[in-house]
Amino acid sequence: MFAVRAAKRAPWAVVGEKIIEALVYFCGFSAIVFVLGIFVFVFKEALPIFAHEQFSLTEFLTSSDWYPTSESNKRYGVFAMIVGTASVTVLAMVIAVPFGLGAAIYLSEFCGQKTRETLKIVIELLAAVPSVVWGFIGLTVMSKLIVQYTGTPVGVNVLNGGLILALMSVPIIVSISEDALKAVPDSYREAAIALGVTRWQLVWRVLLPAAKQGLLAAVLLGVGRGVGETMAVLMATGHAVHIPHGVLDSVRTLTANIAAELGEAPAGSDHYRVLFLTGVLLFTLTFAVNLIADTIVRGIRRK
Amino acid sequence: MSAPADHSITARDVNLWYGKFQALRDVTLNIKHGLITSLIGPSGCGKTTLLRCFNRVNERYGYVTTTGEIHLLGKNIYDPDVSLIELRKSVGMVFQRPNPLPLSIYENVVFGLRVHAEGAALRRSALDEAVEKALTEVNLWHDLKDRLHHKAIALQLEQQQKLCIARLLPLKPEIILMDEPCSALDVEGTAAIEELMFSLKGRYTLVIVTHNMAQARRASDECIFMLLGKMIEHSRTEDLFLTPADPKTAEYIEGRYG
Repeated sequence: MFAVRAAKRAPWAVVGEKIIEALVYFCGFSAIVFVLGIFVFVFKEALPIFAHEQFSLTEFLTSSDWYPTSESNKRYGVFAMIVGTASVTVLAMVIAVPFGLGAAIYLSEFCGQKTRETLKIVIELLAAVPSVVWGFIGLTVMSKLIVQYTGTPVGVNVLNGGLILALMSVPIIVSISEDALKAVPDSYREAAIALGVTRWQLVWRVLLPAAKQGLLAAVLLGVGRGVGETMAVLMATGHAVHIPHGVLDSVRTLTANIAAELGEAPAGSDHYRVLFLTGVLLFTLTFAVNLIADTIVRGIRRK
Repeated sequence: MSAPADHSITARDVNLWYGKFQALRDVTLNIKHGLITSLIGPSGCGKTTLLRCFNRVNERYGYVTTTGEIHLLGKNIYDPDVSLIELRKSVGMVFQRPNPLPLSIYENVVFGLRVHAEGAALRRSALDEAVEKALTEVNLWHDLKDRLHHKAIALQLEQQQKLCIARLLPLKPEIILMDEPCSALDVEGTAAIEELMFSLKGRYTLVIVTHNMAQARRASDECIFMLLGKMIEHSRTEDLFLTPADPKTAEYIEGRYG
């Protein structure tokens, strides 16, 4: 006889299954809990500063005066650091985007199987270098080279930070762009090849337009990396609160400012709260960039 | 050695290997100019491989080795001095699944010109004219003339396949290769493409791979039967179907295997 009936199972097996189910469920949702938790915590630490009558959000965002420890007149303006973060990130992207896209095109369309495997491993190694090591290279190797070749007195500046950050973003840009190019259906390549295109025409006229959303997402994730990176830029940019007039000027970034000063700011002081507010600002920036990149990537998948 | 004037494609002792697997064995044939010739045979017999030799698109996979000669319009396309770009310009190809490029309808049709033509042929007026001419030839102009800048991928499959034929025409190819051009289409789509093939015949040499024996019978002038990488029989379609010379052909068209 054949019956559709639940087989008898040991009670511990039933309970065990329930427990595992609950655990997996928790793991899945924990990410949301953590993200919300971090945001709430950072925001809560920053919030009381708004109750302070001398503090103005406009001044915080637009003034370049950062004197958090002044005895007579404390001022909290992070505009110079916003510009600092922006300048380093923009320079990094100007270098990393063409380089990263070029590498991705080479990997996906031009090189042979063996070269591709080797290069991908090396590029992933590049992503595995800890950021403090990059900072170290910026501080010692890169800064000497910059002093030697440009004649500027200080080697830790926007150029140095931008180069280091570019090297750090390239692996992300390469791997996501390569995925985007690989995702272009082979039938497009075949159609174009049968029409007699050269390899470069194939890339330029077919693959780049077809993969443009994925490539944009790659660039945005690189930007997110640039905005959020702390240790390497702290070591490589010179840490001067100053609106730069060229790539050879030293700057301070939002992230580096928090990392360097939070340890010295007494908990609960205005200084401490302003640093947390800077954290909120950064969080919002990177969140926005990642959200846009994610929306774009989702857009590709749906097609 | 050059092919007689009425032959578009002449193959001599063509052998082809994918890695170690031999897909074509000593194929020798002449395909007549201006006719529709169909390649038939069971799956894996090498008919698509042979078709893809005629524009050398097989070679995009690095592990393909070819020997022998294929003369196309009097020139051996396996000579070292042959330009693949020029070859593919004069030998168009239509694929099994319609594969318009992810561009507008207009850009799909002028794609070949943008890649190959220079100067005056790229002027707006010249391109517009080429689009109208090509789309008219495949009976799409009337339906699509008001939405030339829409995405080609959004069209119906039948329209996409016609567009894929239309985009070959501005380059004025001599030969059009079709790899099961109707297998993704329904009955009406198939009929429309076949009708189109009849209207293109004469001006172009058409070579079509098909799994559908009925299609080979009604749509082609000559038929080539292949089996296990070899060419078994090549004759006029009605002869091949009514009085096959080789018993293997007879068994195949009777549906004993395949």
